Amino acid sequence: MQMPVPNAGVLSRKDQIVSRLAAVLPPDALMSDIAETRAYECDALTAYRCPPLAVVLPSTTEEVAAVLKVCHELGVPVVPRGSGTSLAGGALPTADCVILGVARMTQVIETNYPDRYIRVQTGRTNLSVTGAVEADGFFYAPDPSSQLACAIAGNIAMNSGGAHCLKYGVTTNNLLGVTLVTMDGTVMEIGGAHMDAGGLDLLGVICGSEGQLGVVTEATLRILPKPEGARPVLMGYDSSEVAGQVVTDIIKAGILPVAIEFMDRPCIEATEAFAKAGYPICEALLIVEVEGSPAEIDAQLALIMDIARRHNPVELREAKDAAEAGRIWLGRKSAFGAMGQINDYMCLDGTIPVSALPYVLRRIGEMSKEYGLGVGNVFHAGDGNMHPLILFDANKPGDLELCEAFGADILRLCVEVGGCLTGEHGVGIEKRDLMHVQFAPADLEAQMAVKDVFDPAWLLNAAKVFPLDSSAPRRAA
Amino acid sequence: MTPQNEEELARMVAEADGPLRIVGGGTRPIGRSTGAALSLAGMAGITLYEPGALTLVAKAGTPLAEVQARLAAENQRLAFEPMDHRALLGTSGEPTIGGMVAANVSGPRRISVGACRDFMLGVRFVDGAGHIIKNGGRVMKNVTGYDLVKLLTGSYGTLGVLTEVSLKVLPDVETQAALVLDGLDDVTAVSAMAAAMSSPFEVTGAAHDPAAGRTLLRLEGFAASVAYRAQALAGVLAPFGTVTVLDDPAQGAAIWAAIRDVTAFAGQTGCVWRLSVKASDAPALVAKSGARAVIYDWAGGLVWLLADGDLRARLADFAGHATLIRGQADVPVFQPEPAPVAALSAGLRAKFDPRGIFNPGIMG
Repeated sequence: MQMPVPNAGVLSRKDQIVSRLAAVLPPDALMSDIAETRAYECDALTAYRCPPLAVVLPSTTEEVAAVLKVCHELGVPVVPRGSGTSLAGGALPTADCVILGVARMTQVIETNYPDRYIRVQTGRTNLSVTGAVEADGFFYAPDPSSQLACAIAGNIAMNSGGAHCLKYGVTTNNLLGVTLVTMDGTVMEIGGAHMDAGGLDLLGVICGSEGQLGVVTEATLRILPKPEGARPVLMGYDSSEVAGQVVTDIIKAGILPVAIEFMDRPCIEATEAFAKAGYPICEALLIVEVEGSPAEIDAQLALIMDIARRHNPVELREAKDAAEAGRIWLGRKSAFGAMGQINDYMCLDGTIPVSALPYVLRRIGEMSKEYGLGVGNVFHAGDGNMHPLILFDANKPGDLELCEAFGADILRLCVEVGGCLTGEHGVGIEKRDLMHVQFAPADLEAQMAVKDVFDPAWLLNAAKVFPLDSSAPRRAA
Repeated sequence: MTPQNEEELARMVAEADGPLRIVGGGTRPIGRSTGAALSLAGMAGITLYEPGALTLVAKAGTPLAEVQARLAAENQRLAFEPMDHRALLGTSGEPTIGGMVAANVSGPRRISVGACRDFMLGVRFVDGAGHIIKNGGRVMKNVTGYDLVKLLTGSYGTLGVLTEVSLKVLPDVETQAALVLDGLDDVTAVSAMAAAMSSPFEVTGAAHDPAAGRTLLRLEGFAASVAYRAQALAGVLAPFGTVTVLDDPAQGAAIWAAIRDVTAFAGQTGCVWRLSVKASDAPALVAKSGARAVIYDWAGGLVWLLADGDLRARLADFAGHATLIRGQADVPVFQPEPAPVAALSAGLRAKFDPRGIFNPGIMG
């Protein structure tokens, strides 16, 4: 993966930059010694590492603004960082950058139940947002699988999704307002506790902009009353076509489950060996979960079971209680860990139209043979968001590159059938150079024009999202 | 000008030597736009509809009625319940899907499922230099690049001329019921609506009509589920007064259509304002608004006011947005933005429409 050559001028001015930052921050909020900065050399895309010039850990919006003002004045690149759980390299540093981490900004600023929102500093983790309101019967809906660790700042940057977005939407659908600090240190409020501001939807374009437009220091998030209950049903089929048809039939019957998860045979086998969840060994397994009162759940599951039966399942299991529900979810929740037991893996997240599912799975199987690398598929079937896990051996020379080439082919296939490169992880550096596959030059130009407005000098996380050849003239300017 | 396809439109825009007034169905002429009419009537038709994938793609000039009929045939709908502005604004013509998106038009169900912008999956548009641009796509989860889909939705044509839009659709429901509370004052009504919205019973509409003295909560879904939730929600609302249940779905549909379209103001003269605020702030703001008539929707988060003159001046320094939907009050149509935000908005318009030819005067 190519990264821009670090700016020699910036590197040579390290002492000056560090002393200017020291003047606007408490002593324990600034690190510039390699022994300390190395801890920030990568995010969850660990194949790529580079210690930054310095790391700052501000505690307030004012400190963030002061840091950005200094960096803007001195022409120093800045890479914002939430909890560092990006699978796409969204928080990967460059040698000439300052990492701006929001990890110390974890306060709950306001909780308002009558108007159903919470305002937090964005270093707070996703799960602890729900933690702050669940005793009162509320929750924050987006639930990425890294929710124990990932920060709201990163969720906003990547517009993170989760398993339950078929019903509740992704981050952008649950974000009401932000405090944004632009690269020149200007602090502004966008949106708020009200819905649907007039004027241009800046909130909509900030969410998912991968930390390239500004640093979000506070966020107003929609919270929802917890449902009375939820229960899943598990079904196994001997072909992915049939499983795909079951998903379509459920949706067409007017039922809106909160989650529809899909696993294919390689993934089921690995999961069974690891977690022993008692899954049937078959071509396709679906977990469908519905919510409501006990009677409503029974009624919805009855409709779903009827549809499932019409397609001759090899297994059909309804959770009658919490323990059975836990067993049904056990395998799915262990799937990534199970694949990790077998080998190193790379997790992709391209999205496809649900109707293209059988074709895409067949092609992935064929490519797996051509590349000689195993692949298991877990994904959110209701919304077509795939998660192919490609197995490789990081210690074997050339295997990572082979795996990346295979991954790129899968993503090209996703685009070819009408889908996209990434459904919830973001582009980062990982899919940056594939953007040409999905977008024409004019499409990318329009997106880069937005960054021109928010960050004219292209100092903020500039080596991400856009192919380096496309962004080169702007980054050099 | 009535282009028949994207290329023709792009050429017309590139060659335009003055302002263009972009017209869908012409039913929502909000603001004071000038310029030569550019009609999207020649670019119509549903290009893709996959009920099993909950996805619909249509050209911008497609009549909304055509889209809704097509969805109804598959027992699906646009869940955000787009308002029909014709009665309120005294316009005629056929609303188009492009106009709906350009104005981010939603209705009472916005409070539970989200706004038009939350259902938008993709756009194609022509920018002010005549470039054809696409963003998003037709899949439900997509974080590939910046979300220009949301930026274009609700931009009133000021960033580009929409040519095609993709939307997520949802299943229609088996039935609906409304719970009614009578005689509540505004403060109590907003509290009652908040209590309903904070319950797990999936309320999909919460409105209060002070003139009629009526507060309404809507439940939708399968019949048995609606019946169960109606009973449970009645328990939640009991402390606020006597609850009656309207369980005739046709009657319910008519009531919510009237709230959605603000038909109560249709025949009355004067300025119509749309106020988007934190629900619990709404009653106090209404009290100092000097409004002659008021309808609360979105549990109080959306307030329609029949109020002349400069409403914003009377509300003073409030958190939210007041939009002048109808009438002349000699003030900006949209809520003025704080300076740094206004600078970003102006910067974006200058990038997407460097000559300032799209719908000048609407947004600034």
